[in-house]
Amino acid sequence: MRLGKGLLAEFETVDQLVRAAVELRKLGYRRLDAFTPYPVAAVERAIGLGRSHIPWIVFPCAMAGAAGAYLLQWWTNAVDYRLEVGGRPAHAPPAFVPITFEMGVLFAALSAVLALAVFSRLTTLWQPIFDVPGFERASVDRFFLAIDHADPAFDLELTAQRLHLLGAVRVELVGGGEP
Amino acid sequence: MATDPVLLGRPTDAELSDQLLSTAYRPMSRAWWFLFWIAMIGTISLVVGVTATVTTGIGLWGNNIPVAWGFGIINFVWWIGIGHAGTFISAILLLLEQKWRTSINRFAEGMTLFAVVQAGLFPILHLGRPWFAYWVIPYPSTMQVWPQFKSALPWDAAAIATYFTVSLLFWYTGLVPDLAAMRDRAPGRVRRIIYGVFALGWSGSAHSYRHYRVVYGLLAGLSTPLVVSVHSIVSSDFAITMVPGWHSTIFPPFFVAGAIFSGFAMVLTLMIPARSIFGLENVITLRHLDNIAKMLLVTSWILTYSYALEFFVTWYSGDEYDIHQFFEARPFGPWAWLFWTMLVCNVLVPQLFWFERARKSLTVLFFASFLVNLGMWAERFVIIVMGLQRDYLPSAWHVFIPTGVDWAIFLGTMGFFLLLFLLFLRFVPFVPVAEVKELAHELKHEEGH
Repeated sequence: MRLGKGLLAEFETVDQLVRAAVELRKLGYRRLDAFTPYPVAAVERAIGLGRSHIPWIVFPCAMAGAAGAYLLQWWTNAVDYRLEVGGRPAHAPPAFVPITFEMGVLFAALSAVLALAVFSRLTTLWQPIFDVPGFERASVDRFFLAIDHADPAFDLELTAQRLHLLGAVRVELVGGGEP
Repeated sequence: MATDPVLLGRPTDAELSDQLLSTAYRPMSRAWWFLFWIAMIGTISLVVGVTATVTTGIGLWGNNIPVAWGFGIINFVWWIGIGHAGTFISAILLLLEQKWRTSINRFAEGMTLFAVVQAGLFPILHLGRPWFAYWVIPYPSTMQVWPQFKSALPWDAAAIATYFTVSLLFWYTGLVPDLAAMRDRAPGRVRRIIYGVFALGWSGSAHSYRHYRVVYGLLAGLSTPLVVSVHSIVSSDFAITMVPGWHSTIFPPFFVAGAIFSGFAMVLTLMIPARSIFGLENVITLRHLDNIAKMLLVTSWILTYSYALEFFVTWYSGDEYDIHQFFEARPFGPWAWLFWTMLVCNVLVPQLFWFERARKSLTVLFFASFLVNLGMWAERFVIIVMGLQRDYLPSAWHVFIPTGVDWAIFLGTMGFFLLLFLLFLRFVPFVPVAEVKELAHELKHEEGH
């Protein structure tokens, strides 16, 4: 989810943020996002996120990397260009293990980071939320809760009021203009 | 038994950000500049040594026949070993949920990266014609020749390239939230833009953190077997040959233990000055130093056991070449004093760390860690040179004498390593701010309940 327009509420502690998110979920809000200076598992649960699916991408990539490395070694050394050295077999599985393993690890790591970049839309250097004054404290010591204007339960006045009641220090509009 | 805290006091998140991020934009101290110029001199020596080697040839080195592996491989194994503690601290301690790793992990990861850079130089230069290094990579060339994968050289290439890449990804992934914090706080527009580009638009969104936590954990999990595999592969360069003193099945675990031993020593050597220069006594506490000293003691005993076992197996095998190697050539042959240096530095010196006073004294830790680095270099020298200079045929024996170019390159890599490290301390928050805040948050919760 990328927040285009909506409301942003600032909290002083992570516990207030979690409580507010849980309450809003109970009231039917579904398109929530939170911004914290460090990862907090409780926040992710509170805004209704499940486990990341990245491992399901990484595992096949690792297997493909390892299989590709083994096949390449087998094809080049045993089929296409046999080197007879000291009577050793051309297809030598134990000697092929190190590179097979290394390539499995390499492909796993590369795919994991690539998936992170794609899922988190990294390299988009600017997003509307950065224009909210005071948002730079999200990387320092403040905790923010955002509600997208496309949320089924979204109502500008009512939502802002509820956020204040739930302990928000201040509530700001994101994306400029009327949401 | 009460243990020292991993974080002194209860700094607020804002205080932590101020303290840890400011290392990157505070003017550098005179100590930093002093080290910087030393590092520059070293780097120049490296450039000169490498240029001479590439333009004239490998004959400038002390290598001869039969000692075809000299400083090139000694320094390669030594440097890559130093890198291993970084991954060990970052990955294995993360998986084991050891909280004390938090404030030192990025420091150690940086050390890993820069050590692997130095290590990587040596096998390439040792090829003699480094511009053909790409021949170990399988690509459909017009020569229609493929690399020989049953040789250790392509294994090394795959292992080092993977190790470097994964370490870099792990380090950078850990850095992203802190780079975002730098972007939000850096003084001046130029720095804000530069950090902003490197932060990749990180906003700290829970949607991103959900993936981030998994990826960071995955990279830690992937790095863990890499530590073991990389040094096992390096040790296989030796173990698959028939040189007396090399052909040994104990090599992989023995090399891995030695690598972690030397790496932890290097962490101490670098961390003790950096901690004082930047005044980070509250996040890098005596508890950290104490734990590292204990790791040194443990790995020193693994090494001691391996040394003893090598001697025992040699004696038990009855192989006269091996017996000559271990019982005559090493303790009494040429360069015997390095063999004894190795034993003193790697076996005796770490025994100091049985005493808590030694584990908590900065002076003792600094000098002991320096001696351990020296001892580990001596060990690589003993293994590589002694086996070759006293192999099967006495008529072929030849003593290895390093040349000035050898020393210029070796000392030069130390300068270059220091240079990279100083620049890292200069431009990047080298204590992971987000992770320390997370730790502070957890500690607060533990106290609350």
